[in-house]
Amino acid sequence: MKSSAIAAVHELTFNQAINEALRQEMRRDPNIIIMGEDIAGGAGLAHLGFVDSWGGSLRTTKGLITEFGPERVLDTPISEMGFVGAAVGAAMSGLRPIVEIMFVDLIGCCYDQIINQAAKMHYMMGGQVNLPLVIRTAYGTRGDGKRTYGGGAGAQHSQTLYSVLAHIPGLKVVVPSTAYNAKGLTISAIRDDGPVIILEHKFLGAAARGPVPEDAYCVPIGRAEIVRPGSDVTLCGIGRMTHVCLEAAATLAAQDIEAEVVDVLTLSPLDEPTILESVSRTRRLVVLDEDTPTASMARDIAARVAEKAFDYLAAPINTINAPDTPVPFAAVLEAHYVPRPAQVIAAVLEMFD
Amino acid sequence: MLQTTTKPQTRTHFEMTCLRPSRDQLVWMYDRMTLIREFEERLKWLVETGAPVGAVHYYTGQEACAVGVCAALEPTDWIASTHRGHGHCIAKGVEVHRMMAELYGKVTGTNRGKGGSMHITDVSVGMLGVNPIVGMGVTHAVGAALSAKVRHTSQVAVAFFGEGAASSGAVHEAMNLAAIWKLPVVFVCENNRYSQSTPVEYAVADPEIAHRAAAYSMPGVTADGQDVIAVWAAATAAIHRARSGGGPSLIECKTYRYYGHHQGDDTRRYRTREEEEAARARDCIKRFREQVLTDGSLLLEELDAIDRKNKEKLDLAVIFAEQSPLPDPAELYTDVYVTEPQ
Repeated sequence: MKSSAIAAVHELTFNQAINEALRQEMRRDPNIIIMGEDIAGGAGLAHLGFVDSWGGSLRTTKGLITEFGPERVLDTPISEMGFVGAAVGAAMSGLRPIVEIMFVDLIGCCYDQIINQAAKMHYMMGGQVNLPLVIRTAYGTRGDGKRTYGGGAGAQHSQTLYSVLAHIPGLKVVVPSTAYNAKGLTISAIRDDGPVIILEHKFLGAAARGPVPEDAYCVPIGRAEIVRPGSDVTLCGIGRMTHVCLEAAATLAAQDIEAEVVDVLTLSPLDEPTILESVSRTRRLVVLDEDTPTASMARDIAARVAEKAFDYLAAPINTINAPDTPVPFAAVLEAHYVPRPAQVIAAVLEMFD
Repeated sequence: MLQTTTKPQTRTHFEMTCLRPSRDQLVWMYDRMTLIREFEERLKWLVETGAPVGAVHYYTGQEACAVGVCAALEPTDWIASTHRGHGHCIAKGVEVHRMMAELYGKVTGTNRGKGGSMHITDVSVGMLGVNPIVGMGVTHAVGAALSAKVRHTSQVAVAFFGEGAASSGAVHEAMNLAAIWKLPVVFVCENNRYSQSTPVEYAVADPEIAHRAAAYSMPGVTADGQDVIAVWAAATAAIHRARSGGGPSLIECKTYRYYGHHQGDDTRRYRTREEEEAARARDCIKRFREQVLTDGSLLLEELDAIDRKNKEKLDLAVIFAEQSPLPDPAELYTDVYVTEPQ
């Protein structure tokens, strides 16, 4: 029991914060189940002493099976189309499933279930069904050449495929950036009665540590957050790119340029008012996006600002994406792939030339 | 008696082992088969006279499959359907006037005019949706069965699919999941021999779809899909097994669609007149009438009265659909999200 009136806070990593969100929500509602490949691990081997052997590829679901049992924590075979489809059917019939797709690169295996089934059910059925489905999936790479897990995973395990999800009406797509908003957005996603996709950056999992309230709380879906106030330029970041923006902003501050950093957090529905309001004050915009540029979120945000706030702009909008290439394997190539602070700084300095 | 369109109660164990439907069940089967037939025939006439009903896939000829299976289900059980779904809807209890209004794109339709023929849904009667992405509905039935198992209800889910869907990965994945998790689901393959124009002998390595049950460690049986009582008997056994915790089963119903794949398809491009006539000679409604009249279980006047009642139902359904209001243009923007963004 907590006696203090002040909400207790503890320090967690990004992955631990998500784990806590899942755990607290599963305690609250017995209709929440979680399924995915190796989310517990060693399925069916309890008689040999193997329980909770894996905990998900990034260990985010570690310990859930010991608390909630195999009926609510389901290791699946390699059947993304099958188990995402089962989650859709279960969501239509009384459960609130949370599905883990190991990496966003694998959504091709279940894309129909996401874009034709989950996204459209409520609308095309005339509002008669709710679809309380959460899809969690890991994305991204780091590009610093270190040979740790995930970096150097090549073209099919390193992508940032969120624009192809944000494009679909009916889906909510969120990209947390800190332990705090990871927990709060995960809880909001679970409590939403429609489908929500959470993209979790692989290299924030252990790296992004921070204070997290112990109790359950919601970070609202559909709201961007100004994470660093500034007056000279708006830097919009998504997921890990928000941290790159903050790094760049610190360097720019040393050169007397005060950058405001907006963490987009929800890609769809996008919080246009917060972005437009920021740009109307700073009159300059750089959008940083780890996805490839064609039909990307960066260009979508740029287009919206150009349409609705053109008169405020003192310089052309700049978007920085990964290049229009697959993610390369060799560390030396990958290091050039992911957007870096130096690119942001160069783009901003050009605006002040 | 003739007003009986609500479904009779589940059979007792004794009735089930005898595998003979009760008199009430026979009346219900005839009522539903002829209601489906009348719906599709009326719809065909509407399409051919230019009614604005969108793309449709007639179920005519396969009525015994949907009705035989649904006769063995409870109202609280679930079904998931295919693009050729009108028959499944009617058999599970969706009201024909709301279906017809949906086809007309009216706000009184099952889906408020936002679905059309290929998305008719009525969860209030356990109908999880017509689904035109072939094979996907099968995974949703598996999900409903998972829901029943986790929530500890005694519900069963039925996945209707065609022999065309049987080649899709979704169906294989769904069967494997259902088998490893021992879910209360029955897979019902309506093998009407053609996916659009492609015959099953060409498209499926083993055209006996029931055989594949062995690969998923579940029972697989073949039923005569033109015999509603045979389908009912197979479904009754499979549903009993599912409801009592025995896991999934597969039933293959050998059947035939009388018309083309969709309203604009001329079957003479890929089927012979002889083959079609042979199939029609085994018409499920005609055979049912002969059987129940010969063995005296139902009377001619009863059957004719059901025919008349269902024709009137369709008269009223078309009037309802034609006279119903269109959706307000503002409905374009409603129900995109379940929980509206804050």
